[in-house]
Amino acid sequence: MTIDASRGPQAAPPELVQLLTPEGERVEHPDYPLELTQDEVRGLYRDLTLVRRFDLEAVALQRQGELGIWASLLGQEAAQIGSGRALTDTDMAFPTYREHGVAWCRGVDPVKLLGLFRGVNHGGWDPAEHNFHLYTIVIGSQTLHAVGYAMGVQRDDAEAATIVYFGDGATSQGDVNEAFIWASVFNAPVVFFCQNNQWAISEPLEKQTRIPLYRRASGFGFPGVRVDGNDVLACLAVTRQALANARDGQGPTLIEAYTYRMGAHTTTDDPTRYRVASELEAWKLKDPIERLKAYMFKNRLADQEFFDAIDSEADTLARDMRKRCLEMPDPDPMAIFDHVYRDRHLLLEEERDQFAAYLSTFEGEGR
Amino acid sequence: MRREFKLPDVGEGLTEAEIVRWHVKPGDDVKVNQIIVEIETAKAVVELPCPFDGVVTDLLAQEGQTVDVGVAIIAVDDGADGPAGPAAAPGRAAEDLVPSPPAEGAVEPGVHGSPAPKEERQPVLVGYGVKTGATKRRPRKQPAAEPAAPAVSETPVAAAPRQAPERVTETPARPPVPSLSPQRAAVLAKPPVRKLAKDLGIDLAALTGTGPHGTITREDVRAAATAPAEVPTGVTAGVTAGGPREERIPIKGVRRATAQAMVASAFTAPHVTEFLQLDVTETVDAVRRLRELPDFAGVKVSPLLLVAKALLVAARRHPMINSSWDDHAQEIVVKHYVNLGIAAATPRGLVVPNVKDAHALSLPGLAAALGELTETARAGRTQPADMAGGTITITNVGVFGVDTGTPILNPGEAAILAVGQIRDLPWVVDGQVVPRKVCTLALSFDHRIVDGELGSRVLRAVGDMLEDPLRMLVWS
Repeated sequence: MTIDASRGPQAAPPELVQLLTPEGERVEHPDYPLELTQDEVRGLYRDLTLVRRFDLEAVALQRQGELGIWASLLGQEAAQIGSGRALTDTDMAFPTYREHGVAWCRGVDPVKLLGLFRGVNHGGWDPAEHNFHLYTIVIGSQTLHAVGYAMGVQRDDAEAATIVYFGDGATSQGDVNEAFIWASVFNAPVVFFCQNNQWAISEPLEKQTRIPLYRRASGFGFPGVRVDGNDVLACLAVTRQALANARDGQGPTLIEAYTYRMGAHTTTDDPTRYRVASELEAWKLKDPIERLKAYMFKNRLADQEFFDAIDSEADTLARDMRKRCLEMPDPDPMAIFDHVYRDRHLLLEEERDQFAAYLSTFEGEGR
Repeated sequence: MRREFKLPDVGEGLTEAEIVRWHVKPGDDVKVNQIIVEIETAKAVVELPCPFDGVVTDLLAQEGQTVDVGVAIIAVDDGADGPAGPAAAPGRAAEDLVPSPPAEGAVEPGVHGSPAPKEERQPVLVGYGVKTGATKRRPRKQPAAEPAAPAVSETPVAAAPRQAPERVTETPARPPVPSLSPQRAAVLAKPPVRKLAKDLGIDLAALTGTGPHGTITREDVRAAATAPAEVPTGVTAGVTAGGPREERIPIKGVRRATAQAMVASAFTAPHVTEFLQLDVTETVDAVRRLRELPDFAGVKVSPLLLVAKALLVAARRHPMINSSWDDHAQEIVVKHYVNLGIAAATPRGLVVPNVKDAHALSLPGLAAALGELTETARAGRTQPADMAGGTITITNVGVFGVDTGTPILNPGEAAILAVGQIRDLPWVVDGQVVPRKVCTLALSFDHRIVDGELGSRVLRAVGDMLEDPLRMLVWS
């Protein structure tokens, strides 16, 4: 028996904010006006396309034995680019392990995302430099980090919002619910951005909730909104407003970006064992890139030359990324001791010296 | 330059994969990320993209072959001149795209003392396991002179506190050098295994371990305990006749599941079996006539179909036979639907898929469902869902040429009907001995739910319907 998640106690059908239909028709929403220049629309298209190409290359690298594992964002590009482009430089973002599109918007070099998955570092970028935290593998724990960070911003009287990403499965975690409570009670300037991609690995949404996820927010005492997660314009508009509200002292918002994970949960997973093909086919028609492309064509915002140029740029990006991935140096075995404590630590130094002595018993290169 | 693509670990900790289908052949041009092969791992069927541009020179593994992770599966000529060619990736050796297994330095220090070579891969959490046999251990520096301590304590430990040197000497910096001494090191066995050995009176030191690093396993101890102390000479020759006297088959898969189900059933539900021999000439005749009806075109009609129908009708008249014992809730669950299980012998062993809501099917529908179910089972494609939720079962032992048996209940069900072979036997009809088609039915039931009276009524009802199939019309 399956449970229709839309049939919750409040029987009203879930509302979905949409500014661009799957056919590429621009529609208006009274609460979310959005004016974009031609260049801004083109920029979004470029972001979506490059990020998808980057992601495909990472999957290929994993299949060739170059990455231990990869979590593909395929299908979720619009949710990530729309929300990522809504951020200002001073806003802070806390990702899961799948936010490659948000990382792109935060100016993180895509190759730096690969180190963790290649096993050569523990996250290859400086979170303070990009205002983009390290990938969090543990499900949902980053929501508490984000709320704590937001409460710090609040106490500094700074004009910045915090956004935290998580999935539909994470909403069943205690951490996420605790984060909701803290954020609500302290009116923290945080935006909870839930990418509901319908599947928590093999667990379908109806095993997570009996009501649309965005309605959960009302129980915690803050607004929730469901946005078409495959509509980059709607994701941009809705996130912008939620971030602005946070900066204005109006507290948290839960955004449920309604989308679909077109690929496997990670390269280790085989979704054909638990999903039916017809579901995938239905979501293909809602592809985030195709609808933006259709919109741009219809409204003469770009011509074929533009699209070809982006495709070519995407291939160059992928080639460059492949090359630099293969060139990543193996870490120095002693490096594991380097960033454990900020200050000098006697026991750690003792252990480091023991390890160096141990390594020195081997023939061959150094150590 | 020839470049080889080694089978990567596409999951986490997988050690091998089967080549399902090649998409390229020698002589084909390939590009980076072009899909070249489908492989099947323990987790998924996966397409592998090519890591090189070039021309395929060799496929190094056949379709259907199972290949260890790290073994080259395809060779591509990338058109470059040689190792120094421009295509060689800087940094790493070009052909070594799959990283080598971790060297010893990456291995847990504790295992150093027992480097017995192993053939199998050692599973690790992430990556494709460490194939010890194929891995060269990093050579150790020879101890300069005699004792090890100097070499280590001379290592700069200046930054460490005063007491450090003593501790350092205890580190694995100088592990016991293996195999130099013929004397056997301490016996390797985990505490529960030691306990088992003690209980069984086995001397661990006398055993050869088959576990990792020569560890003595539970199985080793058990084998030693069950082995005859000494095989008397002279007995062996006569019996074996060339082959081994015993063969040990691992209990796994369907056999294991079957065994668990049978034990669970036999020891929870008190079984009673009743038998009925009957004249099924009319049924055999009815089957022949049904086959000629256009409604049954293309589906298999066998006596089993009418047995199934008779059981469905009987279950409707006597619902308690189609029930289950819920020990937890202390309730008997009477099912007003029938998911009719059919025990099927398959290449993988016994499986009992069931026809869902069989009670609601028309006779042609039932025939089609039975046909599909057995076909799927024989092809080994029965899914777990097909086997779940059965309410009553038929086992057709007659197909093996036997008259009957005492079937064990499919767990969670109250009854199972065994159908024996149909054969010509002398039968008394109206005082005359005549040849008739005769069959024996056996009905086992859960005596907690079903009393002898009800069991007898059900068996009699099925028998009556098979003796005179018209009764099915009357009673259904």
